[in-house]
Amino acid sequence: MTLEKKQQEVIEEFQMFDDWMDKYNYLIELSKDISEMPPEQKTEDNLIEGCQSKVWLHAELDNGALKFSADSDAIITKGIIALLIEVLSGRSPKEIKDADLYFIDQIGLKENLSPTRSNGLVAMINKIKAYAMAYEAKQNQ
Amino acid sequence: MTQEKDYDIDKIRKDFPILHQKVHDKPLVYLDNAATTQKPRQVIDKVNEIYSIKNSNIHRGVHFLSNQLTEEYETSREVVQHFINARHKHEIVFTNGTTHSINTIAFSYGEKYVNEGDEVIISEMEHHANIVPWQMLCERKNAKLKVIPVNDKGELILDTYKQLLSEKTKIVAITHVSNTLGTINDLKTVIKLAHEKNIPVLIDGAQSIQHEKVDVQALDCDFYVFSGHKVYGPNGTGVLYGKEKWLEDIPPYQTGGEMIQNVSFEKTTFNELPFKFEAGTPNYVGAIGTAEALKYMENIGFNAILDHERNLLNYATEKLTSIDGFKIYGESKDKISVISFLLNNIHHYDTGMVLDKLGIAVRTGHHCTEPLIKHFNIDGTVRASFAIYNKKEEVDALYDGLLKVKQMFG
Repeated sequence: MTLEKKQQEVIEEFQMFDDWMDKYNYLIELSKDISEMPPEQKTEDNLIEGCQSKVWLHAELDNGALKFSADSDAIITKGIIALLIEVLSGRSPKEIKDADLYFIDQIGLKENLSPTRSNGLVAMINKIKAYAMAYEAKQNQ
Repeated sequence: MTQEKDYDIDKIRKDFPILHQKVHDKPLVYLDNAATTQKPRQVIDKVNEIYSIKNSNIHRGVHFLSNQLTEEYETSREVVQHFINARHKHEIVFTNGTTHSINTIAFSYGEKYVNEGDEVIISEMEHHANIVPWQMLCERKNAKLKVIPVNDKGELILDTYKQLLSEKTKIVAITHVSNTLGTINDLKTVIKLAHEKNIPVLIDGAQSIQHEKVDVQALDCDFYVFSGHKVYGPNGTGVLYGKEKWLEDIPPYQTGGEMIQNVSFEKTTFNELPFKFEAGTPNYVGAIGTAEALKYMENIGFNAILDHERNLLNYATEKLTSIDGFKIYGESKDKISVISFLLNNIHHYDTGMVLDKLGIAVRTGHHCTEPLIKHFNIDGTVRASFAIYNKKEEVDALYDGLLKVKQMFG
C-alpha cells in the first residue's frame, strides 16, 4: 500500500470515532498489537528524549526496507508510536525521510496530544526520520 | 460532607471567571493549583485598570501618573509586609518569582559567606528551584551540598538534620510545604536548630503562602520567598522577604536601574533597601496585582480558607482511597490540600491524558522534584491540588474520572 493510501486509511478510521475516549481506546488496542520489543533493544540510545513517559524506538534495515520496533511504559503513548510504525514500517529510508505525515494533523493527534513536551510526538517523528536519514546515508556509501 | 456554613463557595467561584467554561465539552475541573492558581476578578480588574488608566514607570517620574503609581507600588509593599507580618516595609523585595528570589540569596549571601569547604543544607523534598541555585553556588565556591532525607511518609528526618548541622554549615534552605507530597514541614524546629548554631534559614514558601497564615517574625526565618501567581496574583511576580540585617549586609544580585545610587566609571554606590535588590524596571503591575490578591484572601479569612481546604482534603482522601489500587504518595499527618497518587500500575501520563479529556486538569510527572520522586522508586505521580474555589463535586468528578481510567487501562 502506498504511503498516501495508508494515511487516507488511518484518517478514515479516525473519522468513525465520536469522541476522544474512542480514539484513546483505539490507541490502547493498537498498543496491544505491536510485537514485543526485545529487552536488549531497550537501550539508552533507543530512548526518545522529551517525553513524560519512556519511549524506545529501534530500526533495522531489511532488504532495503526499514523495520521498526518500539515500546513505552505509557499505554496511549505506545499506541501512538504503534500507529506511526504501522504507517511507516517496511518502507524505504528515502520514502520515510521525505514523508509528509499529514495524517497526524488530520486525526487530531498533533493538536491534542502534543502540548510542548508532554507526549513527545514530535520527538518520535524526529527519531524515525533520523533513523531513515542514517540508513539512507549507509545505503549510499 | 456538607459545605462549611460560613464559606460561600458559590460566591467565591463567581469571582473566578476562568472556572466557568467547558473544556472538551465538559465543565472544567481545575485541580492543578499547586502549579498555578486562577485569578479573581478583583486582580484581573486591577491589572486592567493599571494598563487602562494608570500605567507609567515608577520612581523616576516627576509627573502625576508616575507619582500615583509609585505610591500604589509602595502601598503594595506594605500590604505584603502586613500579610506576612514582617517587621519593616523595606524587608520586602519584589522579584519575578520564587526562583528569582532563591537565586538572589544563593548568589548574594553565597558571595559573601560561603567559601571552600563550607556546607549548604537543603532537603530531599525540594523543588528544583531550591536545589539548583545552591548546587551552582557550591560548584562556584567548592562547597558541599548536604541533603536532609525524607521517610516513606514524606516527612523530613530531623534526627539526620541535627547531625548534618555543623560549624561548616553556612545556610539552610528548606521548603515550607512540599509541592509534590503536600507535607507541611516543622519549620519551628528546623529554624530553632539552625539558629542554635547561628546559621540563617531560607524558607521556600511557594506552596504554603496560599494555604495558611505565615508570620515571618513568629517563625524567625531569615529569608522567606514566594510567588504571586500561586497566591491568586499575576504571573511573573514574587516576593523576597529578608531580615533587615541580612539584606543590608549582603551584596546586590542584579545591577542597574533603580538599585543604583550614583554611577561613575570609577565607582558605583547602591541604593538603600529594598531598592538595592530591585534592579531594572520592576514588574509593578504584577506587584500591585499580587497585593490585590493578598487583600482578596484576607477578605475571605485564613481560618475559613484553612477549614475549607482541610475539609476538601479529608473528603478527597477518604473518597479516592476507597478506589481499589489507589495509592497516595505523601502521608504526613500535617498536609496541605495536595494529593499525589498512582492508580494500580497505570502510568501517570495515561491517567492525566484521560482525565484531561473529561475536563479535569491535574499535573503528571515528577513535579520538578526528581530526587524526591526517585526516593519512592517511581517515575512520577498524578497530582490533584485544591484551592479556595474547589468544591466537593469536583472531587466527585475526579473520582468518577479515575473509575473510567481504571476501566480503560484495567
